[in-house]
Amino acid sequence: MNQKNLVIVGHVDHGKSTLIGRILFDAKSLPEGFIEQIKKTCEELGKEMEFGFILDSLEEERKQGITIDTTQIFFKWKKRDYTIIDAPGHVEFIRNMITGASQADAAILIVDAKRGIEEQTKRHSYILSLLGIKKIVVVINKMDLVNWDVSIYEKIKKELEEILKKLNLEVHSIIPVSAKDGDNVVNKSKRIDSGETLLESLDRIGIEEGEKGKLRFPVQDVYKFDERRILVGRVESGEMQKGEEVLLQPSGKKTKIKSIENWSNKKEKLDLGESGGIVLEEPLFVERGEVITREPIKIKKIFKVNLFWISSPESNPILKLTTQESRCKIKANKIINSSTLEEKDTQEINDIVQGEVKCEKEIVFDDFSEIPNMGRFILENEEGETIGAGIITD
Amino acid sequence: MDYLSELESKSIYIIREAYYKHNNLALLWSMGKDSTVLLWLCRKAFFGKIPFPIIHIDTTHKFPDMYKFRDERAKEWGLKLIVGKNEEALAKRIGPDKGKFECCNSLKTEALKQVIEKEGIQALLLGIRRDEHGIRAKERYFSPRNKEFKWDYKNQGTEMWDQYKEKLKEDQHIRIHPLLHWREVDIWRYIKKENIPIIGLYFAKEGRRYRSIGCVPCCSPMLSDAKNIDQIIKELETTKEAERKGRAQDKEKAYMMQKLRAMGYM
Repeated sequence: MNQKNLVIVGHVDHGKSTLIGRILFDAKSLPEGFIEQIKKTCEELGKEMEFGFILDSLEEERKQGITIDTTQIFFKWKKRDYTIIDAPGHVEFIRNMITGASQADAAILIVDAKRGIEEQTKRHSYILSLLGIKKIVVVINKMDLVNWDVSIYEKIKKELEEILKKLNLEVHSIIPVSAKDGDNVVNKSKRIDSGETLLESLDRIGIEEGEKGKLRFPVQDVYKFDERRILVGRVESGEMQKGEEVLLQPSGKKTKIKSIENWSNKKEKLDLGESGGIVLEEPLFVERGEVITREPIKIKKIFKVNLFWISSPESNPILKLTTQESRCKIKANKIINSSTLEEKDTQEINDIVQGEVKCEKEIVFDDFSEIPNMGRFILENEEGETIGAGIITD
Repeated sequence: MDYLSELESKSIYIIREAYYKHNNLALLWSMGKDSTVLLWLCRKAFFGKIPFPIIHIDTTHKFPDMYKFRDERAKEWGLKLIVGKNEEALAKRIGPDKGKFECCNSLKTEALKQVIEKEGIQALLLGIRRDEHGIRAKERYFSPRNKEFKWDYKNQGTEMWDQYKEKLKEDQHIRIHPLLHWREVDIWRYIKKENIPIIGLYFAKEGRRYRSIGCVPCCSPMLSDAKNIDQIIKELETTKEAERKGRAQDKEKAYMMQKLRAMGYM
């Protein structure tokens, strides 16, 4: 099925919720009676009906007028099904933005034409690059507020292209719109000739096939419900065939895949992304965290990373990568403020760190650029809260 | 892998994480289509035999078909079934006539609190989906609740890259939602693909069918001619009516669902 997850990011008040409301309304994707219900609620609260209220279905949000959490909305356009994830623009809600964006295939970055690029525009752009989201559609919103002045659009476009280029992000298109008036979102604008509307541009984004490539199967758990000893997990890269010779990392043990277990019938192979169970030829002692491969891969305690502090930095957090975990220390070589993208001296919340992670245990991984699923990690504090996220560069 | 297999694999991964990371896990089963699919996925995840109990919160106001379906499946699938009732409230004859909010809160939420305490449950698998209701779209896959069942939705943690909440505070339990990313039509396509048994109330009789089922007094059937799964799928591909339109909790008051959920409603 042709399905895409989109995340909409950008600075607070640049019009994300309004844009989503407009898409749903113009693409005729709202349930019957929905708009009427919102109009009625607005009347009760003494507010003017806004498209943004479609998403802000929580009472508190309506009162404050800002998006607190990631809301997911499903809509259909032509032959494709979309899920849009609305990510909050407020800096306090960066956790929600990351949660939302980490599930996306492509991103819409929204910029207010009147206010231009602001700190969350840059920070969110950085986070998109950290999360490995390559397809970016930029929407220059609120063009009605600048009387559809093309020079303003061109100026923002140029500035933004420079920032995104620095972050290695690929711009799919940059579209001038007015979500409020419905120009260039679903329907073409009569005010400007921009070539395509937002939805036309989204429709052009291709479906990326997961890379087949090298086998990586991190062991999630070992089940012994009956006489079988089943290793369960998910194929993070490549595919696994019954009967093939495999290598366990980091232990280095060699064996064969005796069988691929299923609930009702036996299988011959596990596909990329498939959760499955296997039985090994030898009765080896295997635990959660080992990775099944074909060839030796990187096993290190110290590696180079690029990470983002979602909460206040801590000196001895727990690193989690696939089903592995280890306590670690971070050595910063370069600290960058994510909103200005300028260098600084001390690590704080929302900073980017380029440096080294030193783990207590050996970690099995691939560079993020090679196999993304095997080269990204989170950092947790004592309370089990996610305080950072990063990618391994070497 | 096709789309339904992708949904399935993601859910099974989450179910296995739940089982690995949390002791005293249980599944909350309403016999509706979603929690029945979840139950099916758990059977798959553990190769036919689910290693934890299945809880049904019985308000005593369910459809007769639901009780029949529950007992037949429990036997056929060898489920460790626990039925939870708020006996005290039932003795006081609390029911929908005493107000729907009060009824739901006593017979469902309170009853669940009692079972959790009695059985020492620390983690609960639930079949909710993001596309069901605006507020459910705000959920995480792993969502901690305090003893009073309060959901601190304004202060939820980061959830990314298949790493899920593991550590709980002493008086917390965790709700786990492996079907969060499924849509209503996906559920029906999967039921068809896997040939999962489903309650007959979902199929149209005399021009009406239940799209969402709960308690008899608070569910009303919608106009529909969909008599089988194929027809339901077709209907869902074109409908613009909200799934829970027939459910009283959602429309009685503008924020009833939100209030119920903040108080611990499933």
